[in-house]
Amino acid sequence: MLQSELSSKANELRKLIIDMLYKIGPERKGHPGPALSIAEILTCLYFKIMNIDPQDPRWPERDRFILSKGHACPALYAALAMKGYFKKEQLYTFRHIDSMLQGHPDMRKTPGIDMTAGSLGNGLAAGVGMALAAKMDKKQYKVYVVIGDGETQEGLVWEAAMYAGNLKLDNLIVIIDKNRFQSCGDISCIVNIDPLDEKFRSFNWEVVRCNGHDITDILKALNVPLRNKPLAIIAETIKGKGISFMEEDNSWHQKAITKEQYEIAMKELQEKDSN
Amino acid sequence: MTELKSTRLAFGEALLELAENGIDIAVVAADTSKSMEVEVLRKKYPGRCFDCGIAEQDMIMVSAGLAATGKTVFATSYSAFTSMRSLEQLRTFVCYPELNVKVIAGLGGFSAGIEGVTHMALEDIGIVRCISNLTVLCPADYYAVKKIINYIGNKDMPCYVRIGRDSSPVIFDENYKFELGKANMLIDTGNDLGIITSGLILYEALLASKELMANYGLGLKLIEMPTIKPIDENAIVEIAGSVKKLVTVEEHSIIGGLYSSVCDVLCRRCPREVFPIAVPDKFTESGTPSELIKKYGLSSENIINYVRNLFDK
Repeated sequence: MLQSELSSKANELRKLIIDMLYKIGPERKGHPGPALSIAEILTCLYFKIMNIDPQDPRWPERDRFILSKGHACPALYAALAMKGYFKKEQLYTFRHIDSMLQGHPDMRKTPGIDMTAGSLGNGLAAGVGMALAAKMDKKQYKVYVVIGDGETQEGLVWEAAMYAGNLKLDNLIVIIDKNRFQSCGDISCIVNIDPLDEKFRSFNWEVVRCNGHDITDILKALNVPLRNKPLAIIAETIKGKGISFMEEDNSWHQKAITKEQYEIAMKELQEKDSN
Repeated sequence: MTELKSTRLAFGEALLELAENGIDIAVVAADTSKSMEVEVLRKKYPGRCFDCGIAEQDMIMVSAGLAATGKTVFATSYSAFTSMRSLEQLRTFVCYPELNVKVIAGLGGFSAGIEGVTHMALEDIGIVRCISNLTVLCPADYYAVKKIINYIGNKDMPCYVRIGRDSSPVIFDENYKFELGKANMLIDTGNDLGIITSGLILYEALLASKELMANYGLGLKLIEMPTIKPIDENAIVEIAGSVKKLVTVEEHSIIGGLYSSVCDVLCRRCPREVFPIAVPDKFTESGTPSELIKKYGLSSENIINYVRNLFDK
């Protein structure tokens, strides 16, 4: 898939995120900001990098994906729907009773979800287990984990990072969505996590940085050859990316979208299509 | 002289049997490979054994990841830590997605006594029992552990298994019968007294029962509950309906464990008075298991005195 096509996929993904988060209604509000910051990352993984089969979601040889920052699941659900794991109509049942799309990812209810997630700081360690299983079975699949930058405040992230570095898991890739915000505000004003690259490097990880909204840059990072080390990609992103009034405004961490806001947001995304 | 055998060794030996029988197992420890006897498996199957260091949450999550690929995973550390330090990982990432992870929790009850309160688990059953999808098991000796580990190793379900530390009295033999969710009637000589018990403390309950029958002329029923959850409701209702006095004996806080489980069932199906022989609701202290069992009311002598008082009333 060409990079221009991937860019338009990312835009389509954003449209689905906004559309579903508006249409589910104000009482079910999701997390637009953290979902929008990973649109390009998920687009690259789902439409270029990962070896997966929507017709066979449990294919044993598939690459695995874990969205450790599970609250960004509207982006993941949109990617899965676009990929054909389920019908797009399902997206509008998000956070409804009897829905296959839970408030945070549920591996038993939603086809294409490889690990339940939502409680922060846990996904990387689950990824270590999956990567270990690939090594045990001499399988070629890779394990991709997207974590939030805020959740690196959880100690378990570092337990897992330390263990993965010790195990030299060169089939494990973590992408840190570095949008610089957590629920209550600017990360550096709450508990600073930097420098992340030095932390991962000291735990025997390969570390690269990329612009998390630049398809070429993300693909370059994902294609870094691994030599006996897991890979950490620090993706610099913008929370709420793509919608002018949501960008860098942390009130959009979790908030319902009004009709007026919805119309402006969709118009902005449609304009990107015509550019 | 009572024969003593280690329940932890039984775990290690059962792991090896499972691997020999072709079960695709993986074992994850938290600096507990040696203490939990994983080395028995490692000698022959090093590729199946992992130790993530002193990191119980990591242990459970790595186990969940392994299980998500289809492996039968044993995560093993001590009861105090597996029931508390990594409780959320067990609840949210093992039990909620129903992943095939078995937590083997050593040093249960007073068996860690010399270490003090920090290492003793007297609340673990109460803590884990309310988690959905989790089977909670409390085997009573070496042979029971061996049988139960082999059984669950062949089943795809999350489990919490509480075992001990040092060698403990051998009660059963290779013919020990284990059926998931079923009680074992071990004594049935009459209806004066009913004893429901579980885990290593069964030994003390058996000693007490023998003396109560021989020296005090009591006819009694004693049932062992290797499965705490799902509990054998019918066995509880049956014994409750037939005996004059009913006691529970457990190496656990009076809150949340066997007594609570039994009362949960009886309140609903067959209300009656049940007398708890359990650890009082307070923090204990360092001591050998036998010292602690005696001081906190669970020795065979304590049980005999407790029962005599019941009948003297």
